[in-house]
Amino acid sequence: MSYFPDRNGFYGRFGGAYIPEMLYPNIKRLSESYLKILESPSFQEEFDTLLRDYAGRPSPLYYASRLSQHYGASVYLKREDLNHTGSHKINNTIGQILMAKRLGLRRIIAETGAGQHGVATATVCALLGMECVVYMGELDTQRQAPNVERMKMLGAKVVPVTSGSKVLKDATNEALRDWIANPENTHYIIGSVVGPHPYPDMVARFQSVISAEIRQQLQNKTGKELPDLVVACVGGGSNAIGSFYHFLEAPEVRLIGVEAAGQGVSSGHSAATTALGRPGVLHGSMTLLMQDADGQIEEAHSISAGLDYPGIGPQHAHLFEVRRVQYANVTDEEALKAGLLLARIEGIIPALESAHALAHLSKLELSGSETVVVCVSGRGDKDMQTYLEYLGRLG
Amino acid sequence: MTLSYNRITELFKRKPSGILSVYCTAGYPSLNDTVPLVGAMQSAGADMVEIGIPFSDPVADGPTIQGSNEQALRNGMSLERLMAQLKDLRPAVNIPALLMGYVNPIIQYGAENFCRDAAEAGIDGVIIPDLPPEVYLREFEHFFRSFNILNILLVTPQTTDERIRWIDSISTGFIYAVSSSAITGGRLAVDQQRSAYLLRLSQLKLKNPLLVGFGVSSREDCLEIGKYASGVIIGSAFIRAINASSDAAASARDFIKGVVL
Repeated sequence: MSYFPDRNGFYGRFGGAYIPEMLYPNIKRLSESYLKILESPSFQEEFDTLLRDYAGRPSPLYYASRLSQHYGASVYLKREDLNHTGSHKINNTIGQILMAKRLGLRRIIAETGAGQHGVATATVCALLGMECVVYMGELDTQRQAPNVERMKMLGAKVVPVTSGSKVLKDATNEALRDWIANPENTHYIIGSVVGPHPYPDMVARFQSVISAEIRQQLQNKTGKELPDLVVACVGGGSNAIGSFYHFLEAPEVRLIGVEAAGQGVSSGHSAATTALGRPGVLHGSMTLLMQDADGQIEEAHSISAGLDYPGIGPQHAHLFEVRRVQYANVTDEEALKAGLLLARIEGIIPALESAHALAHLSKLELSGSETVVVCVSGRGDKDMQTYLEYLGRLG
Repeated sequence: MTLSYNRITELFKRKPSGILSVYCTAGYPSLNDTVPLVGAMQSAGADMVEIGIPFSDPVADGPTIQGSNEQALRNGMSLERLMAQLKDLRPAVNIPALLMGYVNPIIQYGAENFCRDAAEAGIDGVIIPDLPPEVYLREFEHFFRSFNILNILLVTPQTTDERIRWIDSISTGFIYAVSSSAITGGRLAVDQQRSAYLLRLSQLKLKNPLLVGFGVSSREDCLEIGKYASGVIIGSAFIRAINASSDAAASARDFIKGVVL
């Protein structure tokens, strides 16, 4: 059983590159060169140096003693929230901007949901002096306003997207349209493990630093080779793939991806793709999608802008189908509660996305001897408005 | 396999130049406009029609066609409904008709069902912009062939000569030459760049005729392109023309009469 893509970018029946002819030269060039570039010593050195000295890696693996006590297990938090720019997204944007530089492309475009990927992209564009255009659903520009201001301060142009449901899916459509119109000078930094091959694999490799570090850090701290369980949230699924990557071929490690149930899986206001989706093609790959009988993509709903996406990366679709990873979901309300809990007992305000992973802990029957790693993919500053409204409701 | 009769190949035999193909969106402006509108397009002088299957996420289309797709979906259009409407297409309409749409609705409908129902309705070809030829050959070609539906492929200014020749070798009917690296609806000046690209294409001496689309909107565009290719495809400009009107069929006729050569 392979968990990785074949020559054509397929993970089992998922993946591939369903792209218009206009993007063929870009995708072909990227497919043919990404592994060569990625594996070259000069690239690796530059990537590792920036991850260390600029992004602040390795991110800590923190033993959360009060949370452990609360759940009756040894809970470690992988602190991606402590990276520069406040989330795991910087791992991928550093990798891709170095890739773009080697491909000789000077104009960068990106989509963003919560704004974390947009900020991470604007950041590396400032670092390398490249032009940066970020597409963001209009609804998300409102609910994640601080990140819009950060992107602008970093010199990026933020384009609010008013088509469709005005969230992440629509921002991705608009970024793809930009790329189709400007294929010759532009690199599209996709923020998750979605899109046509080789994006899902390339992004997974850049994010795999998360699980490489978890392994090393856990060994150093506990002497244990492997954790018993790794939990991460899944929108497109990049922090989850990063957290799972080096454990995929260790079957004794249980892996759980947590999707956003929104107001409930059956409420009609959800983003729980593995629970609600069927195979289909969107944004360049065959994957699981929330769609109607006619193949029209449905609007996803989540309180967390970063999980508000009606699909998942094709590798996740495959890992779901072959049952290597278990996919669960938690509601908006459960995520808010878990975010507040972490703030109150550990002094960490997590991003709403990460709060979904944390919320799932309450649904597990854990034993005291189990070692659990949860990826805190980002920090919650951008979500203060939503958290404050929740606190207000609690009274 | 020998090719049986197809209206597209017949059209190019009869009329090797000056062809006008016009795109409309199924179910737009109103749900039941599809077939009457195609009739009006034929009577005004269109040589061929492309009927767009609306999709929620049309990434290769600009704002005008995105808007017509959204409206058509709000009107209740679906591929199943379209196939039912198309039962009235023939014999009222006798010019070649293509379906143009994104791959996901076709996958959900089932590629074989899609080809069978399209062929029964008298559809001659399809254009699926997000279905690359490599995937088409692997997974779709046998269905298309067995129902004599032509799959029209695209080339762009960035497509290498080698790849254009390959696309030509696997194409039947015509090749859709994207006139600029733009999504549909971009205003394109009849400039040197386009002429150079079209000249390059014409010098390749392809076996298939070329129709040029994307950013084509006026009679002047049609005349200029006519020097290099068999004709043009007009989409967004046509949608804009019927969009602003209370009588879609009348506006369709006026627009087409204004661009036909």
